[in-house]
Amino acid sequence: MTFLVRLARSQAGASVAATLLALAAVTLVVIAGGYDIGHAATALWNGSVGSPYSFFTGTLLRATPLIIVGLAVAVAFQAGVLNIGAEGQLLAGAATAVAAGLSMAAWPGWISVPVELVAGMAAGAAWAGIAAVLKRRFGVLEVISTLMLNFIALFGVSYLVRGPLQEPTHIYPQTASLAASARLPVIIPGQRLHLGFVAAVVLAIVAWWFIRSTAGGFRIRVVGAGAAAAASAGRVNVDRVVFGAFLASGALAGLGGAVQVTGVTYALFEGISPGYGYTAIAVALLARLNPLAVIVAGIFFGGLEAGGAGMQRDAGVPSGFVSVIEALVVLGVLAVDRARILAGERGQPTTGEQAA
Amino acid sequence: MTDAAFALSLRGVTKQFGSTVALDGAQFDVRAGTLHALLGENGAGKTTLMRLAFGMLRPDAGTIEAGGTARHWRSSADAIAAGIGMVHQHFLLVPAMTVAENVSLGDRGLFRGFDPRVAADRVRRIGAETGLVLDPAARVADLPVGAQQRLEIIKALARDAKILILDEPTAVLSSAESQELYSWLRSFVTRGCTAVLITHKVREALAIADDVTVLRRGRAVLSGRPRELAESAVIAAMIGSAATDEVQLPAAGSTAGVSVISLQHVSMTDGRGVHRLRDVSMEVCAGEIVGIAGVEGSGQHELLRVLAGRLAPDGGGVRLPARIGFVPEDRLRDALIPTMTLVENLALKEAGSARGSVRWTSYEARALGTIRKHDVHTSGVCSLASALSGGNQQKFVLGRELEGSPDALVVENPTRGLDIRATSLVLAELRSARASGVAVAMYSSDLDEVLSIADRMIVCFDGRATDTPVEADAVARALLGLS
Repeated sequence: MTFLVRLARSQAGASVAATLLALAAVTLVVIAGGYDIGHAATALWNGSVGSPYSFFTGTLLRATPLIIVGLAVAVAFQAGVLNIGAEGQLLAGAATAVAAGLSMAAWPGWISVPVELVAGMAAGAAWAGIAAVLKRRFGVLEVISTLMLNFIALFGVSYLVRGPLQEPTHIYPQTASLAASARLPVIIPGQRLHLGFVAAVVLAIVAWWFIRSTAGGFRIRVVGAGAAAAASAGRVNVDRVVFGAFLASGALAGLGGAVQVTGVTYALFEGISPGYGYTAIAVALLARLNPLAVIVAGIFFGGLEAGGAGMQRDAGVPSGFVSVIEALVVLGVLAVDRARILAGERGQPTTGEQAA
Repeated sequence: MTDAAFALSLRGVTKQFGSTVALDGAQFDVRAGTLHALLGENGAGKTTLMRLAFGMLRPDAGTIEAGGTARHWRSSADAIAAGIGMVHQHFLLVPAMTVAENVSLGDRGLFRGFDPRVAADRVRRIGAETGLVLDPAARVADLPVGAQQRLEIIKALARDAKILILDEPTAVLSSAESQELYSWLRSFVTRGCTAVLITHKVREALAIADDVTVLRRGRAVLSGRPRELAESAVIAAMIGSAATDEVQLPAAGSTAGVSVISLQHVSMTDGRGVHRLRDVSMEVCAGEIVGIAGVEGSGQHELLRVLAGRLAPDGGGVRLPARIGFVPEDRLRDALIPTMTLVENLALKEAGSARGSVRWTSYEARALGTIRKHDVHTSGVCSLASALSGGNQQKFVLGRELEGSPDALVVENPTRGLDIRATSLVLAELRSARASGVAVAMYSSDLDEVLSIADRMIVCFDGRATDTPVEADAVARALLGLS
């Protein structure tokens, strides 16, 4: 345990410590549930990283939307905007990208795919924009408005796949499939991993650079860390920065949806997102809002989900345990943070303060 | 007079928050059956003193007696049980609940049922006995502020409070409501109960209280009956200008340069429609320190922000230079981001105007230069602002705002919470800024401090700014609007 305490003192260590604790706790529960832990662990391993197929088509394929949407959440949280509506923004992006793609079946891929992605981003930004305007004009808490908008988006998709966007035979509640030219290309022959994963990694690097090295990124951080000081000492237009970060977050989440439909599902249907928008919150928190760490956290959670499916299939252990791990990781990170704040308040110097 | 004659007595109480001394051996005696006004400027320690009396805080040193018995409150529940009630400046009410429900909140007993009729009867009974009448079924959110305050008092009376502490009760009331409250308090003490009124309104306190005590910098500096005390003496005790002969006149030959900041007929109204600034015209010139004084809420808060370009007035002309440094009173809220490093806090200065990429190496060098030049004690430029002591935080803020030779500097209570050494360092910084030609405007709630450094004085009263001689008596009169 002292090892964990020492580990938790560093930034990245806190996340690692929380993850280890969560895994340990779930291991105990799995054993207590009468399952063969060795069998379960093997299945989890095989399902996530055990073979090239499980790694590329399992883990990384699932990590792709988690990374992109995780970035969306990280950008918003950095600015102090508690956007928990990434799920709805993702759905808005997915629906709009499909609509755009279906209407451009005859166009060459180098035109239709970028148009689909941009349409998805615009739709995500617009969906977030509703909550952003409500916040700016009327002071509506974004936690509530974005959460409510998630449900509206969900039912909006239900309507679209049974109404205006339903496939031509009108039998299944889904859209027609995108033309081959309107899909994101696969990057490894024989696997389903598509160009979206590369885009996600590049995007994370760009976001990291933006937050760390540009004036706009610095404004986002100061507004999130101390809005009053940003306005008074920095003369930052706080409302505008918050609004911009909110829209950027929505655009990223919308892109996540667009990438998912153009890279994986090729069509819109109701279960298109198994809660990526919510898991992305866990991803962002585990990464402590650092865009580069979002890549690692996204792949970790992607691996858990892929492995969880394998665990259920091969070892009969419910994949719900994976959700428990995810939730415990978030609680662990928050608890470690809180403990550190309390330790700081008790006057334990973290940076070797020199009294004057 | 024996101790038993005191309803409440705090002796030698000391309370420290981190490195800030809020109370420094304060003494406070309240005679039973009197209305006692506790006066002092913002930050003098009034609220802390009363929170000790009410058991919300525990003293580091000193004794608390209530009803002639030494008390060691573990929490405010103990104080309530001993018959003390407190009405906080910010009401502690549940807006969505009714009057009766709010009064019943905090009743003991986990499984005792809540009976709306019993609760309503209790509110009516208190109304009949004390004259504080409220509809038990009214929703708190629908009540005007004055009625909400009445409810706070009813809440205390419902727990049989014999000693009532009110923290700045008239701050939110209209003058008619204030008069109503005062006459009720008078009848309350006539029945043998005791009331303590925390306020900074000198004239009202002297008019209605049986006794007054003045707190300044955590000590009781004056205590007595209103008729024995001159208004100006009370003001002087509050803001500290007892020794008129110590006042320094402006150094001979201090010639002010060109006008740097100029306000013409500036006016301003806050969100509630209250006039904060009325027709204010003033200038701040290069190479001078303009001292600003004002009793809390006289408009100086807004005036400083207009001078610093942080607030746009509703009307009037404002001429400001391109570069203005601003050192606000609440440095951990408005000047620094505690969770960020000193480098980032230096870069914060340009956060609003910066374009493109941020050159962190240049900010790092500038932060290093600032901590060296202004003698900021820290382990390095990458330590968090929160890791610095208050004095070093303030030196860093001042250094940051003076960096790059600004044309003007506006400072608000720059020595708040600092020890003597840090205070003198900060004042020396302001003097050297003046020497280098910066136009300085400085507000301090400590009159000694402003008078010791200012070349000219401007006193705020009721939103107006008046030129006043740099002299304690004249300033004290102007603070009351008597000039």
